[in-house]
Amino acid sequence: MAEMEDAFDAIVVGAGPSGNAAAYTLAKEGLSVLQIERGEYAGSKNVQGAILYSDALEKIIPEFREEAPLERHVIEQRMWSMDDTSHTGMHYRSGDFNEEKPNRYTILRAQFDKWFSAKVKEAGALVLCETTVTELVKDLTGRVIGVRTDRQGNPIFAPVVILAEGVNGLVGQRSGLRPEIAPESVALAVKEMHFLPRETIEARFNLKGNEGVVIEAMGTITRGMTGTGFLYTNEESISVGIGCIVSDFAQGEVTPAELLEAFKAHPSIAPLLEGSEVKEYAAHLIPEGGYKAIPQLTGDGWIVVGDAGQFVNAVHREGSNLAMTTGRIAAETVVALHRKGEAMDGYTLKEYERRLEATFVMKDLKKYKGIPGLLDANKATFFGTYPRLFSQAMQTWFRVDGVDKKTKEKAILKSFRDSRSLRGLLGDAWRVARAWR
Amino acid sequence: MHIVVCIKQVPDSAQIRVHPVTNTIMRQGVPTIINPYDLFALEEALRLKDRLGASVTALCMGPPTASESLRKALTFGADRAVLLTDRYFAGSDTLATSYALSMALTKIGEEFGTPEIVFTGKQTIDGDTAQVGPGIASRLKLNQLTYISKIVVTDLEAGRITVERRAETGTQVLATKLPVLITMLEATNEMRRGTIAQALEAARAEIITWNAADVGIEDLTRCGLRGSPTIVKKVFAPTARSEAAEMIAAEGTMDAKARAVVDAIFGRAPGVEDDLTARALHHYV
Repeated sequence: MAEMEDAFDAIVVGAGPSGNAAAYTLAKEGLSVLQIERGEYAGSKNVQGAILYSDALEKIIPEFREEAPLERHVIEQRMWSMDDTSHTGMHYRSGDFNEEKPNRYTILRAQFDKWFSAKVKEAGALVLCETTVTELVKDLTGRVIGVRTDRQGNPIFAPVVILAEGVNGLVGQRSGLRPEIAPESVALAVKEMHFLPRETIEARFNLKGNEGVVIEAMGTITRGMTGTGFLYTNEESISVGIGCIVSDFAQGEVTPAELLEAFKAHPSIAPLLEGSEVKEYAAHLIPEGGYKAIPQLTGDGWIVVGDAGQFVNAVHREGSNLAMTTGRIAAETVVALHRKGEAMDGYTLKEYERRLEATFVMKDLKKYKGIPGLLDANKATFFGTYPRLFSQAMQTWFRVDGVDKKTKEKAILKSFRDSRSLRGLLGDAWRVARAWR
Repeated sequence: MHIVVCIKQVPDSAQIRVHPVTNTIMRQGVPTIINPYDLFALEEALRLKDRLGASVTALCMGPPTASESLRKALTFGADRAVLLTDRYFAGSDTLATSYALSMALTKIGEEFGTPEIVFTGKQTIDGDTAQVGPGIASRLKLNQLTYISKIVVTDLEAGRITVERRAETGTQVLATKLPVLITMLEATNEMRRGTIAQALEAARAEIITWNAADVGIEDLTRCGLRGSPTIVKKVFAPTARSEAAEMIAAEGTMDAKARAVVDAIFGRAPGVEDDLTARALHHYV
């Protein structure tokens, strides 16, 4: 039997949130889709514990709440500024989040991705796991016409390849579509899953039923590096982790594991984890370069979606929603071109970028384009000086020790002026305001 | 030649955990895999196919999700996959399982040709009984070759097979008449990686799915919990032993290091030395 050449309307590389969103949308619209995933199954390469933002998934699978494996819906967000022994927090908790269609959920990615992948198969896409795309196949003009995998045999052809290959973007990189990701543009996060009985979690975080809490923290916990710590409540476990920019880690002061150990031992975190049993430990890269780090997104026969396109809003800790949205919009663009019988080249696929500009994805990334640079240039100030000052100020203010309030006020203001100077304070405020704009 | 390989989908034991409070096995969210011992059976079947030109059928009894394991078997190069699934099979012990599988094997024989060889792994990693293979052999009157490490000759014309069997005292070379049931020993071969064409074909393939009635099972009391005299009385997590590991420091040649280790072991357990010496002498004599 002669080996038949296999051809599809589209090939999707990767089965994470962006790849699944793309493959599902394409298959649902009747295109023949091949999705290739290197892991044993979708989600097997994934790091447990994440936040799912409903809106992005609702636009793809409106009834997802009825079937997707969700852990807890988030009713409380805690933002902490931490120094070595304390935290200054802003908490927002609302009964409004106990709505019929909750806005955010904690999920376990391995299970969620598996479900999403099953939906992709149900929609009619062919999903090939344990297969790694090694390179893009190009014609003489440099146009991408298919992929080659690590399995023996012929290449597989398609008029368009959607690269949903994740943060490292090895396929695109190897094929010369984009340079290697810069260490300044990527964070390394380490996290652990801690098992705790459901009742303990609910008592400890003041929760009922499937309510959940998210803690995002910054401060001296990252030892002067740009990064954040986090803690999510799952149904019967807690995800706790911390991440910093890779180029900061490269300075070699402290290892990610040490950082996580210290974070877990912090007096504000330790009691929340007490008595828990570590279920798994994992590390993951998160693209955090923001708008300025976005690589070329389209070309002749190819589109980039998700982490591979640096679509992460590091300020708001959003990623999977940007991934799913870019995956969906890339697929919608391809479907429209396919229907019109148009070629999928660098010119026609630009439509994807135009559509993205009109969404929160590009608008938010643009809004915060100055933040990564600002933080990098002022690491010591934002992740050391200020969290310490806030803590000292709070302690001075709340400790009742016979000192009058006026004197306390003066002492607090003086502490700020002494460490940052009036000009420094105004400058910081101005820089933050400008970057936030 | 037609070869059937019986595989089982099992929880990945590397990722299974015992609930710290209730002491029960936490199955939820644990990924499933093909029983690793079965992969040696499947690979051996595929090698016979490469050498002699056979068709290979993968057979699995389990819940509908076990089709994932069958699809994987197709990716490796099996020609067809049969899933035997029915809620009446739930809770089957080795007696009920070997009954259901032998009924399915009979049906496979009728539909796709009588198999000359039925393969199983030496045992499963979740049950560890090593009884289902021999159970099938005795029900279907197949010559039974267990713990096979190598297939030496398969003479189809003469209807004979010669194999090597690992036994406690050494390697036995056995010859018998086909049809046979072979339970394959671990580490006897290495599973291949299917080609891209096989992977695509497997992803597209229809898994043949049969229930109890389809394979001609009329007496449902022979299936599942009702057909299983074995009872699991209790499951418990063994208490962790708190024996400290000991580092044995040794300098010099490999021999010197080995001697240091052996001395340390004999020093701690004097009986071991005598026992080993006695055994060595016994073999010598």
